[in-house]
Amino acid sequence: MAMSLIGIIFGISFFVITQAQTSGFEAFFIRTILGTNGAIKISDRFQDMDGTVSKVSEDGKSQFFFRSREEARYTEGIVFPDEIRNALASYQGITGISEVLEGTAELSGVSRSFPVIFHGIRHHDHSQVSELDNQLIGGVMDNFTTDPMSILVGSRIAERLMLKKGDRVVMKGGTGTIQLKIAGLFETGVSQIDKNRIYIHLSTARQFKGERFAGSFFQVGLSNPEKAPELAAQIQYHLGHRSVSWQEREKVWLDVFKALRISSAITVSSILLLSGLGIFNVFAIMVIEKTRDIAILRSMGFSRFDASAVFLWQGVIILFIGLLSGCIFGFIGTYFISEIPLRIRGIFSTDSFVVNWDISHYLWAITIASVFVIIASWIPARRAGKIEPAKIIRETL
Amino acid sequence: MKHSPLLQAKNLRYSFNEAGIPTHVLKDVSMELLPGEITSIVGPSGCGKSTLLYLLGLLDRPDSGDIFLHEKDVLKCDDQTRTVLRNHKLGFVFQFHFLIKELSVLDNVALPMRKAGHSATTSHKKARNVLDKFGLLDKASRFPHKLSGGEQQRVAIARAIINSPSLILADEPTGNLDSENSKIVYSVLSKLATEENISVLLVTHNIELAQSCNRVIRMRDGRIIE
Ligand SMILES: Nc1ncnc2c1ncn2[C@@H]1O[C@H](COP(=O)(O)OP(=O)(O)OP(=O)(O)O)[C@@H](O)[C@H]1O
Ligand SMILES: [Mg+2]
Repeated sequence: MAMSLIGIIFGISFFVITQAQTSGFEAFFIRTILGTNGAIKISDRFQDMDGTVSKVSEDGKSQFFFRSREEARYTEGIVFPDEIRNALASYQGITGISEVLEGTAELSGVSRSFPVIFHGIRHHDHSQVSELDNQLIGGVMDNFTTDPMSILVGSRIAERLMLKKGDRVVMKGGTGTIQLKIAGLFETGVSQIDKNRIYIHLSTARQFKGERFAGSFFQVGLSNPEKAPELAAQIQYHLGHRSVSWQEREKVWLDVFKALRISSAITVSSILLLSGLGIFNVFAIMVIEKTRDIAILRSMGFSRFDASAVFLWQGVIILFIGLLSGCIFGFIGTYFISEIPLRIRGIFSTDSFVVNWDISHYLWAITIASVFVIIASWIPARRAGKIEPAKIIRETL
Repeated sequence: MKHSPLLQAKNLRYSFNEAGIPTHVLKDVSMELLPGEITSIVGPSGCGKSTLLYLLGLLDRPDSGDIFLHEKDVLKCDDQTRTVLRNHKLGFVFQFHFLIKELSVLDNVALPMRKAGHSATTSHKKARNVLDKFGLLDKASRFPHKLSGGEQQRVAIARAIINSPSLILADEPTGNLDSENSKIVYSVLSKLATEENISVLLVTHNIELAQSCNRVIRMRDGRIIE
């Protein structure tokens, strides 16, 4: 019995700790990608719309697909940014819209050069749809906003080219070559971005690229990012521009996190299941051992319920102690885990374990443990209640 | 003074079913028990004495027939009511003492009273009282396995009477005892009948004890023959 109790305590605390970690990393990843690439990306305009849109309704959710016909054409970029911006204003829950012009270039420092992807932005707009200001690790944002010929460089690019704030760099490609001054470095934690992205002013980007619209897109921020898929579908349908939500964009990673979270929940639940089996075993044996006592108690006026209650009570007491200690250990464990130093770069950037404090983890652990323990004590308890005193006394004598 | 019967059993039939084949154990048994009387049931092994006792003690139900306890049709009662009746009105003593080994003598005796809803203090006080009457007060805090067979059986009787029942059903209570202890147990039971106006039904193979009772019921092959 003590082993089963320990099992329940461990099961619950492990459940809470593993969920806090996996969901912590997941939430952190989502914060990172929302803070970097926004909730929705609106890009190229479809030209041949008629008959190519198909709507699929699946569990009440609308999904929109654009089937490209052979003659279907679409224009790169957003051709009428002001109109789109005005149209977006009528959607609920949009917290910011940033027009971005994307392109490739070669960035040269003193001795080396490196291929980069530039994002031309208006800082004021872009800070509404990203965490760019917080991702700055060297330099002052004002230096960027005030100087149209300044540049923000991804941390890994800066490492490779050995650049620092204040350095001058040359960007080649497109229509020619421009000289820029580094206003600061940024780190998103997503290595793919940190090693190839730079930010410049939108106007500078247009000049540099020589094209007004090709490669332009809107990065949209939402007050409730959970709503992004529906909103993206609506926008795509209404405005005829390709709209991708962050959930669709990051599906692979989100699926990985989900799988991790569920598999750890299942693994840890098996500890609880084993404890439940242990309790069941002990109770089942106890009922057999105590059959004679139960029979005699029944003969002297104890009810079926009294006989069951003995076992149910023991189950409830074990469950209660298990739940309480399990949650406390889980809480403490989560805290200590969050203090463990751990350097992660790649899909996000952190220097310690990321945990998510969420009451729902505790509720799930409590629910799973309760179900197992209640079943484990209920079955033997029912058996105890069914004991027929006359039969048992007859068999005993 | 003519008493109204405490218990009336009419035309009881009982059978076991084994693989669909019924074994008729009680065939049309009728009897009455009066308060303040000690009645014995005798008969060869397997004639249905215990079966009859379980039916009268509301531990089992007959195939047909009627049982009235205090003129109440107890076969029409639900399980819960019969359970309460067992607690308040009936006391059982078996061949084996059936004391709960984890509980002290005092707690064992107090158990039916605790179930009836009395406080631990009240129950323990009454239990001491009863144990005193049986000369067992000095053994109150012992555990059952530290008592002699006769003492264990007397503790079991003490437990059976703590709620002042109107009927005690004793199935071979002296079956495991030597003649000395058998006599003590018997005298305890007959004293309960005369002094407390309790009705005692005693199943026994001991002819001498049976003859000492107010009344002897003889059974053979599922019937009362006398
Ligand atoms: N579970 C059972 N299935 C079938 N028959 C049974 C079962 N239990 C008892 N019997 C039969 O019922 C009959 C009556 O049994 P009961 O125990 O009432 O006899 P008894 O008079 O008390 O005998 P004893 O003096 O040996 O205690 C016996 O013939 C016995 O074989
Ligand atoms: Mg018998």
